[in-house]
Amino acid sequence: MKWQTIVPGAILVSIVIVAALGSFLWTPYDVADLDIRNKMQTSSALHWLGTDHLGRDIFSMLMVGARTSIAVALVAVGIGMGVGVPLGLLAAARPYSWSDELIMRGNDLVFAFPALLIAILITAVFGRGSANAIIAIGIFNIPVFARLTRGAALSVWTREFILAARVAGKGAFRISYEHVLPNITNLLIVQSTIQFSLGILAEAGLAYVGLGAQPPIPSWGRMLAESQTLISLAPHLALYPGLAIVFTVLGLNLLGDGLRDWLDPRMRRER
Amino acid sequence: MKLYYSIPAFFMAAALTGSVWAARTDVILGVVLEPPNLDPTAGAAAAIDEVVYANIFEGLTRFAPDGSVLPALAKEWSIENEGARYVFSLHSGVKFHDGADFTAEDVKFSVDRAMAEDSTNAQKGLFENIDNVEVMDPLTVAINLKQPDGSLLFNLAWGDAVILDEASAADTATKPVGTGPFTFTNWVQGDRVEITKNPDYWGTPVQLEKAVFKFISEPTAAFAAIMAGDVDAFPNYPAPENLAQLDADPRYSVVLGSTEGETILSMNNARPPLDDVRVRQAISHAINRDDIIDGAMFGYGTPIGTHFAPHNPAYVDLVSQSEFDIVKSKALLKEAGFSEGLTLSLKLPPPSYARRGGEIIAAQLRDVGITAEIENVEWAQWIEQAFKGKDFDLTIVSHTEPMDISVYADPDYYFQYDNADLQTLMTEFGVETDEAKREEMLRNAQQIISDDFVNGYLFQLAKTGVANSKLKGLWENSPTQANDLTGVYWED
Amino acid sequence: MLGYIVKRLGSLLATLLVASIIIFVVIEIVPGDPASFMLGLNAQADTVVALRTELGLDVSKPQRYISWVSGMLQGDFGQSYTYRSPVADMIGDRLWISLPLALYALGLSTLIAFPAGIWAASKRGRATDSIVMGFTQLGVAIPNFWFALILVLFFSIKLAWFSAGGFAGWEQGFFAAMKSLTLPAIALALPQAAILTRVMRSSLLDVMGEDYMRTARAKGLTERQALVHHALRNALIPVLTIIGLQFSFLIAGAIIIENVFFLPGLGRLVFQGIAQRDLIVVESVVMLLVFAVVLVTFLVDIAYAWVDPRLRQGRRR
Repeated sequence: MKWQTIVPGAILVSIVIVAALGSFLWTPYDVADLDIRNKMQTSSALHWLGTDHLGRDIFSMLMVGARTSIAVALVAVGIGMGVGVPLGLLAAARPYSWSDELIMRGNDLVFAFPALLIAILITAVFGRGSANAIIAIGIFNIPVFARLTRGAALSVWTREFILAARVAGKGAFRISYEHVLPNITNLLIVQSTIQFSLGILAEAGLAYVGLGAQPPIPSWGRMLAESQTLISLAPHLALYPGLAIVFTVLGLNLLGDGLRDWLDPRMRRER
Repeated sequence: MKLYYSIPAFFMAAALTGSVWAARTDVILGVVLEPPNLDPTAGAAAAIDEVVYANIFEGLTRFAPDGSVLPALAKEWSIENEGARYVFSLHSGVKFHDGADFTAEDVKFSVDRAMAEDSTNAQKGLFENIDNVEVMDPLTVAINLKQPDGSLLFNLAWGDAVILDEASAADTATKPVGTGPFTFTNWVQGDRVEITKNPDYWGTPVQLEKAVFKFISEPTAAFAAIMAGDVDAFPNYPAPENLAQLDADPRYSVVLGSTEGETILSMNNARPPLDDVRVRQAISHAINRDDIIDGAMFGYGTPIGTHFAPHNPAYVDLVSQSEFDIVKSKALLKEAGFSEGLTLSLKLPPPSYARRGGEIIAAQLRDVGITAEIENVEWAQWIEQAFKGKDFDLTIVSHTEPMDISVYADPDYYFQYDNADLQTLMTEFGVETDEAKREEMLRNAQQIISDDFVNGYLFQLAKTGVANSKLKGLWENSPTQANDLTGVYWED
Repeated sequence: MLGYIVKRLGSLLATLLVASIIIFVVIEIVPGDPASFMLGLNAQADTVVALRTELGLDVSKPQRYISWVSGMLQGDFGQSYTYRSPVADMIGDRLWISLPLALYALGLSTLIAFPAGIWAASKRGRATDSIVMGFTQLGVAIPNFWFALILVLFFSIKLAWFSAGGFAGWEQGFFAAMKSLTLPAIALALPQAAILTRVMRSSLLDVMGEDYMRTARAKGLTERQALVHHALRNALIPVLTIIGLQFSFLIAGAIIIENVFFLPGLGRLVFQGIAQRDLIVVESVVMLLVFAVVLVTFLVDIAYAWVDPRLRQGRRR
């Protein structure tokens, strides 16, 4: 089962990453080039996926849009892990202490807020654009990683080699860093692919309502929004960005599922 | 015997089929923006007038579909003191929707209320010149002006000058009570406003029994609503991209008209480098109007060369003075010292003429070395930052008030153009009552603001109305923002 | 048990208090003055000041916070700046759309997920299982607003079976109203159904591996009977938790769908409130949504603790 998911997942994700990185080197057309005379054309030899309502090449826009989606999701996950994992480790190192309670309460607090709504509020208040989208999505990644880390770390703490380390006089901080962390890495990797895919969806949602990357930077979500009024005239405008999102998220989810089956033997249940 | 029964049966059948075939008497209108409240005299939203003007409320005068000024609550008037005093005779037997009588006292009340210290009337400027209102008798009222003014009748036709009854004025925002041919029935916030025919209306009865204004802001939703028959008409249909398709369909008719909306690329004349006329001129020459009209409005809109409506007889065609010329643009930039390029901010409010038009202009400016950084903002932010704070370089907006070229004489108006000659000209215009002279002055004004390249004059917003083919009487043009339903009816 | 409830109640109230402060602080920083927005382009400075006073915007912020909170506790959510009518009324009106929509979507989602999850679990490892899982993978990957667009393209524009949006209104009758909520509910239900199917399936599989299941099979029950009579009930616990969470997500997260179908629901209200800088509406509705989410979590926790006494002591998460 695992190879059935890892391989397709990895392929899809690689395609997207290659498109995104490749866009720095070359795209069929410059995404800033408007060509109003040739707007809304369907696929042709000149424009492989056609042109949008301002005459821009859709294939090129998808490539550059991949950059935006990946960058936002990646950094947001980075924030979530960068802040959430240390918090989780801290909480697990001193369970039921005031620091643990504080961290878990904080988690609950963030979980209580409807994520999309708050992300919209943040970007509307502090300014649209990728930077604030990253922050908004990142904030909601923190409690996910904190909670996960704490739970997994707690169970690692009960294991015997940890006791040995404590007896040897190592402090909680060193233990967390040297022993606990490596043992939960697999779990974190799996979770981060899931959060990455959620991040892609979240960025698309924000971009759709106009709060993501701003023009002239292409963004899949914004392409979808702009295609809406033209959907009966030129359905391909809505089709391709949507498919791009679906493939990316699907790839990440498959990859994550496959990795989970592969990396963590204890997690390998008969699923 | 059989014939005896068949005759009434025949008539009954005829009556029944007649009623089935009778024309509809209600209409559902799609409107893009929902009004924040229903008081046209206490807020600026044009959306308010789009629901209530001429339907629920009336003023002393009103706009005809072609923009001319007609009598309304005032039957006739005489102008005295060379334009410094107007005496109006009012119609008798007029009642407000709550039964109260309409008298000259109500006129005085309404005008005083608009002019008051704490008034939130968005067009206070319309009333600035009024010295006082004199009630001469219940059906006669005089307005005394501080200075002679040729525009008073025009000003009084605005939605901000409608007449309210003192007793019911306080609740106007949620329960509007006017003298118009329709009464307010219901407002489901976020969804629709319903109005019904006023059986006691003083004037010509309307042909509709009921009207519903449905608020639909998304262009896709508008398209779907019209196709599904959820609305019968969309007087200002927000998605020009669908018009060709709708026009081809025999169920719908597309009516193209003009509005008073001059869509311009405003430039902050007080902020360097835009204070240099050569830079402004360079920007004007970098703009290709046809591409903008095609790409943003799908071909609907008329290019303009100055801040004036092309359908107006006083219009001067100055498009060629700022025609598309990249070579000239680059030369001017070089002359002004910007051959290395230039970066400007471009603030864009929500409408698609701004968002799409902005992307197109940014690309056009890039071709001459100017980098325009796009900032999409909501109306609230646009008003706060660009309009009040004057914190912008470039922005795109459509100015929909009729005859608003006078704003160029206000150095404090957001684009901050300060030209003493124009200011003098407009002051003289304000007191001039001779039509021919007024027209001459308007032409001069248009030439001046084009010579100075104050703003990039893009195009006149078209009124793109879509309606069920059987619905007649909707306004073709938009001399003021309103949906006057008084002449609307269903054809059989 | 009572001690546990009291403890959880206490933490609920603390969460709400902190949330209210955060909400108030974040929203008060919002740039954009409601008064100038309402008066528009030609308004004069003194008019704007007059409106600000009228709306109570010139009072100090801590004062505003206190009156806001005490108002809410009494059921008074303040007066909307743009509409000048009580926010509580507006929320009430919108709830009549958002709640039914959430329930409808939840209903559709469970209707799909339960049979699909059970079926996949019973045919674990075989082709059917893979196909169902494949569909759920797809369902989770599709952005619900894109799905909504596709639905509108086919069912409204091409087939004209449903109108493309708008709410018919409850006065038009139950069926007419629910019909106008159908496409939105389907768009919302899809990803939820996908998630729920997976949870249902994995929860069932977990339970089916338990000892008491082996006993059931040893007793002679067929796989199917064992599944239905024993596994299902126990497997439902985590599933119900997810349903609870999904419900609160649906109420708050339908913003985009409400925009696509122009439904006058809570999500749209907040969205427009943000655009119009109607601070009171945004504050009150966000607070209400947070309250809903916290309440649902609280109830689910209590239900969990009641069902599983082990959870009541030393609350280990």
